[in-house]
Amino acid sequence: MVAAPYQHPLAFVAAPESHRDAAGRNLETPPGAVALRLRKVDKRFGDNRVLRGIDLDLEAGQFLAIVGKSGCGKSTLLRLLTGLDQPTEGRVEFLDAQGRPAAGNARIVFQEPRLLPWFDVADNVAVGLGPGTLKAEARSRAQEALADVQLAEKAREWPSRLSGGQRQRVALARALVSRPGLLALDEPLGALDALTRITMQTLLGRVRRELGATAVLVTHDVAEAVHLADRVIVLEDGRIKLDLAVPQTHPRRHGDPDLARIEGSILASILGGD
Amino acid sequence: MTLVETLTHARKATPQRQPLRLPFLSREVLLPYLLPALLLLVWQIGSVSGWISDRIMPSPGAVLLALWETASSGALANDIAVSGARAIAGLLVGGSIGFLLGLANGVSRLSEQLTDTTLQMLRTVPHLALIPLVILWFGIGEEAKLFLTSLGVLFPIYLNTYHGVRNVDRDLLEMGRIYGMSGWTLFRKIIFPGALPSIFVGLRYGLGIMWLTLIVSESIAASSGIGHMANNAREFMMTDVVVLALLIYAALGKLADVLARALERHALAWNPVYQR
Ligand SMILES: Nc1ncnc2c1ncn2[C@@H]1O[C@H](COP(=O)(O)OP(=O)(O)O)[C@@H](O)[C@H]1O
Ligand SMILES: [Mg+2]
Repeated sequence: MVAAPYQHPLAFVAAPESHRDAAGRNLETPPGAVALRLRKVDKRFGDNRVLRGIDLDLEAGQFLAIVGKSGCGKSTLLRLLTGLDQPTEGRVEFLDAQGRPAAGNARIVFQEPRLLPWFDVADNVAVGLGPGTLKAEARSRAQEALADVQLAEKAREWPSRLSGGQRQRVALARALVSRPGLLALDEPLGALDALTRITMQTLLGRVRRELGATAVLVTHDVAEAVHLADRVIVLEDGRIKLDLAVPQTHPRRHGDPDLARIEGSILASILGGD
Repeated sequence: MTLVETLTHARKATPQRQPLRLPFLSREVLLPYLLPALLLLVWQIGSVSGWISDRIMPSPGAVLLALWETASSGALANDIAVSGARAIAGLLVGGSIGFLLGLANGVSRLSEQLTDTTLQMLRTVPHLALIPLVILWFGIGEEAKLFLTSLGVLFPIYLNTYHGVRNVDRDLLEMGRIYGMSGWTLFRKIIFPGALPSIFVGLRYGLGIMWLTLIVSESIAASSGIGHMANNAREFMMTDVVVLALLIYAALGKLADVLARALERHALAWNPVYQR
């Protein structure tokens, strides 16, 4: 599902009933982005109250970034959002486009790629389809997902032969291959060098728009958050300290002055105490 | 994934297969054999000149002759087959028990609590010290040797399988669970391949113990096999046959190790250690 020339990047979202792209290849209808509703969510680890009464509504298809100091509970919140972990108190609900309860259908990408070293790249991506997919079909869908992250020619390579950025792209393809309704990213570019990060940000933004999934990105890089997300929240002391929309259209230019201003105000909020 | 599946998988996925290259007789290949060849030469000259007595050490020529005689009578092939079958039986029985216990204790807390302490205690008993008892129990039949070799092979394979399973990357396990793997699928795709490098360490260590146990138990309690051949020859002062038996043990041990290494290289082709 690489965008054919001149196809609008949001074509997927706008016309989900279309089963073929401009090149005529068969496309499955995406299962649909999910919306999220958090009410009074608390998370404690023993006496450590990491999240305190979080209320959050996230529209289907929105891209949310969570920033904040290290240890402020970003990963914990992300794990709750994906259903990997349960809140101590409060509710986390997944809703479909019509506002009805939906299955979570979330996929998560971690800072480390977590590829299986004994599977080649395509089989690693096929893991994302879950057990029970026929081998031949799994390989061909994995191949498509690899083409999306521009790694089609590495399908038969061992993960150990890839660079850090390539491995993280494989991890992204694995998360995307099942067309999840919610894509969770926990500092996915945190371990990459500065230049690779910038290329990867562009790729991540494009692939996510094509998929049309709701996305939540945890990052310590405010510029990255502002570059990719429609909305940025700042977490501090287990609460949402700042909730800011980033209305600029995609794809965004690195070094845009409006974005730089938003970035500045977010940084001020994180560092400035009040 | 069974071992065979892992192997075929590895073969299929091997990227850019290299053309088979024969080891040409380069300096690199020949140099390691220089010292053994020299020793052999000194040995032969020493024997011929009478400097080394025949009673103590037969000449290399005499050993070769013994090889020819035992081989042409068919006795040697028979003894090798008998010893080989014992080795394989011991490896299969002891190896399977150790492997299964290692897996069970690596995966299940209950199984570990029930058996690990006991196994660790049994491990400290030198199994060859059991020979008198084993002869009392089983006589000098096949059971005695099977029991001893199995026991010897069991522990290294148990320990390394257990260690391998326990040390599978937690992050990969979490990833597998997130992607819907559980039970058999999780085992086949993550736990077993993750433990495999350690299992191979156990296998190669176990092979060494297997031959050692077999040599000792065949020399003490057997009516056939290489160990018996050596022991029998000792009674008739046939040092050439004794030395021949030693060499054959060494060759069999080396062969087993080479096979295990080849298997390892093949099954672990994904491991950067085995990639050129
Ligand atoms: N499984 C856990 N058990 C106990 N404490 C945890 C666990 N996970 C996270 N914490 C604690 O929760 C706090 C927030 O952690 P985390 O969400 O990982 O922070 P961040 O991702 O923002 O750096 C930390 O104080 C951490 O020690
Ligand atoms: Mg974190």
